Amino acid sequence: MTRFILSRIAFGVLVLFLLSVFVFMLFYVSPSDPARIIAGDKATEELMAQIRSNLGLDRPMTEQYATFVGNLLQGDLGYSYRSSMPVSELVVSRIPVTMSLVFGGMVFWLAIGIPIGIASARHPGSARDRFGQGFAIVGISFPTFVLGMLALYLLYFVPTKLGFTLFPPSGYVPFEQSPLEWAWHLLLPWLTLALVVAAVYARLTRGQMLEVLGQDYIRTARAKGVDERRVTYVHAFRSAMPPLVTQLGIDIGLMLGGVIVIEQVFGLLGVGSLAVTAVAMQDRPVVIAIVLLGGVFVVISNLVVDTTYALLDSRVRTAAR
Amino acid sequence: MTILLDVRDLAVDIPTEDGTVHAVQHVSFSVNEGEFFGVVGESGSGKSVMVQSIMGLVPGARTSGSVLFRDRDLLSLAPEQLRSVRGREISMIFQDPLSSLHPQYTVGWQIVEQIQAHERVSAKAAKARAVDLLDRVRIPDAAARFDAYPHQFSGGMRQRVMIAMGLSLGPALIIADEPTTALDSTVQAQILDLLGEMRSEFGTTVLMISHDLGVLSRVADRVMVMYGGRRMELGAADAVLCGPAHPYTAGLLRSSSFNREPGTPLVPIGGRPPSLLAPPEGCAFRDRCPDAMSICTTKPPVRHYDDGTEVACWLESTPVEPEPPVLPPPSLIATGDDAIVTVDALRLAFPQRRGEPRVVLDDVSLEVRRGETLGLVGESGCGKTTLARAIAGLVAPTAGTVEFDGAPTANLDRAQWRDLRRRVQLVFQDPFGSLNPRRRVGSIIGDPFRIHRLASGAERRAKVQDLMELVGLNPEHYNRFPSQFSGGQRQRIGIARALALNPELVILDEPVSALDVSIQAQVLNLLDELQRRLGLTYLFISHDLAVVRHVCDRIAVMEGGRIVELGTADQVWNDPQQPFTRRLLAAAAPEIPREPRERRLLPPTGSAGAHADRHHAEQLAVEVAS
Repeated sequence: MTRFILSRIAFGVLVLFLLSVFVFMLFYVSPSDPARIIAGDKATEELMAQIRSNLGLDRPMTEQYATFVGNLLQGDLGYSYRSSMPVSELVVSRIPVTMSLVFGGMVFWLAIGIPIGIASARHPGSARDRFGQGFAIVGISFPTFVLGMLALYLLYFVPTKLGFTLFPPSGYVPFEQSPLEWAWHLLLPWLTLALVVAAVYARLTRGQMLEVLGQDYIRTARAKGVDERRVTYVHAFRSAMPPLVTQLGIDIGLMLGGVIVIEQVFGLLGVGSLAVTAVAMQDRPVVIAIVLLGGVFVVISNLVVDTTYALLDSRVRTAAR
Repeated sequence: MTILLDVRDLAVDIPTEDGTVHAVQHVSFSVNEGEFFGVVGESGSGKSVMVQSIMGLVPGARTSGSVLFRDRDLLSLAPEQLRSVRGREISMIFQDPLSSLHPQYTVGWQIVEQIQAHERVSAKAAKARAVDLLDRVRIPDAAARFDAYPHQFSGGMRQRVMIAMGLSLGPALIIADEPTTALDSTVQAQILDLLGEMRSEFGTTVLMISHDLGVLSRVADRVMVMYGGRRMELGAADAVLCGPAHPYTAGLLRSSSFNREPGTPLVPIGGRPPSLLAPPEGCAFRDRCPDAMSICTTKPPVRHYDDGTEVACWLESTPVEPEPPVLPPPSLIATGDDAIVTVDALRLAFPQRRGEPRVVLDDVSLEVRRGETLGLVGESGCGKTTLARAIAGLVAPTAGTVEFDGAPTANLDRAQWRDLRRRVQLVFQDPFGSLNPRRRVGSIIGDPFRIHRLASGAERRAKVQDLMELVGLNPEHYNRFPSQFSGGQRQRIGIARALALNPELVILDEPVSALDVSIQAQVLNLLDELQRRLGLTYLFISHDLAVVRHVCDRIAVMEGGRIVELGTADQVWNDPQQPFTRRLLAAAAPEIPREPRERRLLPPTGSAGAHADRHHAEQLAVEVAS
């Protein structure tokens, strides 16, 4: 098992290395010039050369990359071209926002999606199933920003106009400061995120449960006299879980790298909104840091998924031993 | 004798997308306390649906009639009441113990769960009981195995776990649904013995379903024969199986290879079972029945004989014995000095990530004579399929040589390899899994012509249709998909594909083990006929000794990657030398003696037909002799 985890970590490091090379190259070949963006349209060639030399952009690419990696290994991600703040500080300050959004949203989307999926699968073709399926189609096909705007309009704008405030419009309050405010500010983003993602989970759960409920061992459980509740949760859902865990790992890993649309709509200053501004400003160190951060999250969440898999499935566990 | 389970007029309808499947149509029977009651029928006869619907385990099924068990009608019990019967008073054992046990929980957990579903006992006490049960079904080192997962057991051990679980609450009735079908024959015998022992030890009644007449003849006290969702014949096992009164039962026995002299062709039941979507009005069997009369289009009466046998048939005399099919004389006689395949000191080992390489074939030497059928028998995992693959040149041996027609099969160039592929063909076991469901039958059979660039267009189509004709498929079905064919027909598709390029050697890997008895006979006869007409050599792999004895000239017995015994079919069958062969033979189903039987037909009476006054039956007395 330890060997298995170690090999996974080594593989993850390799992935991150390749990712850093790739992103670095991407910037090098891109036509836009960071110096121009920093200095503005009217800057002189001299000033531009000065900026380039300050940023080290006039050196050969391999040298630039070597410096970058050398600094990275010491935990130094460089300074933002735009704000001159240390990139690590900039990115780290955004992580709690995105994490709060993603993990809070996860609780909601699992709490909505999985019960709908299970209820659908238990009575396929019933009214309940059709409702669940309809919910899934609406959730999947609605663009996130439309849903977000709609939520803002109906739950913030209309009530506020009528004189009673249900939700704050935007912003983020750190958890340490006030847990209640934190949750209150995040509730709308959570629900919006959950509605979009829950649909995927409802469908996935339904499909998995339908398959598992048709297995011979479910019939055995019923023949043993196990009650239907226990058959559904202890026997069937247990077997339906591994694909859900995989999906969850992929989703969480991706979202921690920034939930761009929702952060934008609700004015949350998370990793996603930082990414948007950094790309627009050609703020190379920041973009690279965000991409690497996203990569780290994906690698970590995959590692967690693989380990969970082994814990969930006795057969994988035996094979990995 | 008290009646434990009394099924009256049970009908089970299952709504599906294609319409309502009338899986069970008004079947009545009763199981007496303490007896071993067998239900026999082919796939689609409704036997499994019947017992599962008794327990309320068929989702969406509509049932009518009554199932009385200890004065309660199981069909009308509330869900919670039925739940308390399941597993406590009636428990079930299923066919495939691997898929029937939950893969994510230990076997001990699963037994404890059953105990705790019905009784309030502490976890510790439940565990002690579970260990004791595992011990009683003779699982070695039961306490340690309590925490093992199902995939860590062998097939036979898993079925023992299922039996232990079934017995955990001392049920009055155990329903076993094909409990030995997925197991090797020696293991099959052990499980049957175990069931018998447990029956006497726990005083349990057993209701066992099987498609295998040989298995039932060994253990059942009474049997019921089902066909097309209906009850055909019911009576004492020896009465029904030794002197069948229903033409269907007689037909089944005639097509069972264990029950026919080797060398005599089997007499298959022609045609295929009726659709359960639109069951026929009269007798369900009349289309395939050699005794069919015009009256058979109306519902047959249930006839009662004085030995307790009940038969749903218009026939009042013994079923006729149809002539066996006449086969052409063989076009090639195998001799000892003309070998098509010579295997010499073949060894095959797979490297493993950790530890020693796994030896699958160990010093195997063998000769396949041109024109013969050589049987390869052994239990699962003994290396018989790997040997066949090595002979076909599909896996490279670690050491030793395989020669095909005098030339070694190692290090062939591309052209030689292609040529070998043409001359050696394979037919696989699973007629459902080995055909691509999205391709038309014509193109599946035509593949060899396409791959070897031998024929195309109209010529290929004509050749494929000839092949379909040859194997008894309707050439008009050229454009159908595999799902539109029955299991037996699909196996014919596989055979047609194998014959396309006029091969010399055909390797048949368990070609009939997935098929029903009557269909098995059709396919075996077809193979025999094709061999005689085309001068083919067969390598016939099977775990079923009865089938092998029936079709093979010589038999090679394999155990643990070695050939332990090789001789003519007669030698191996009548004078086995090795203990393993003897064990295999002892496990094979015995031939059922055919006994002429004096039996009188009783006059039809209102209800209690079986116990009707025998004095009034004399004018209807019928002598049943075979």
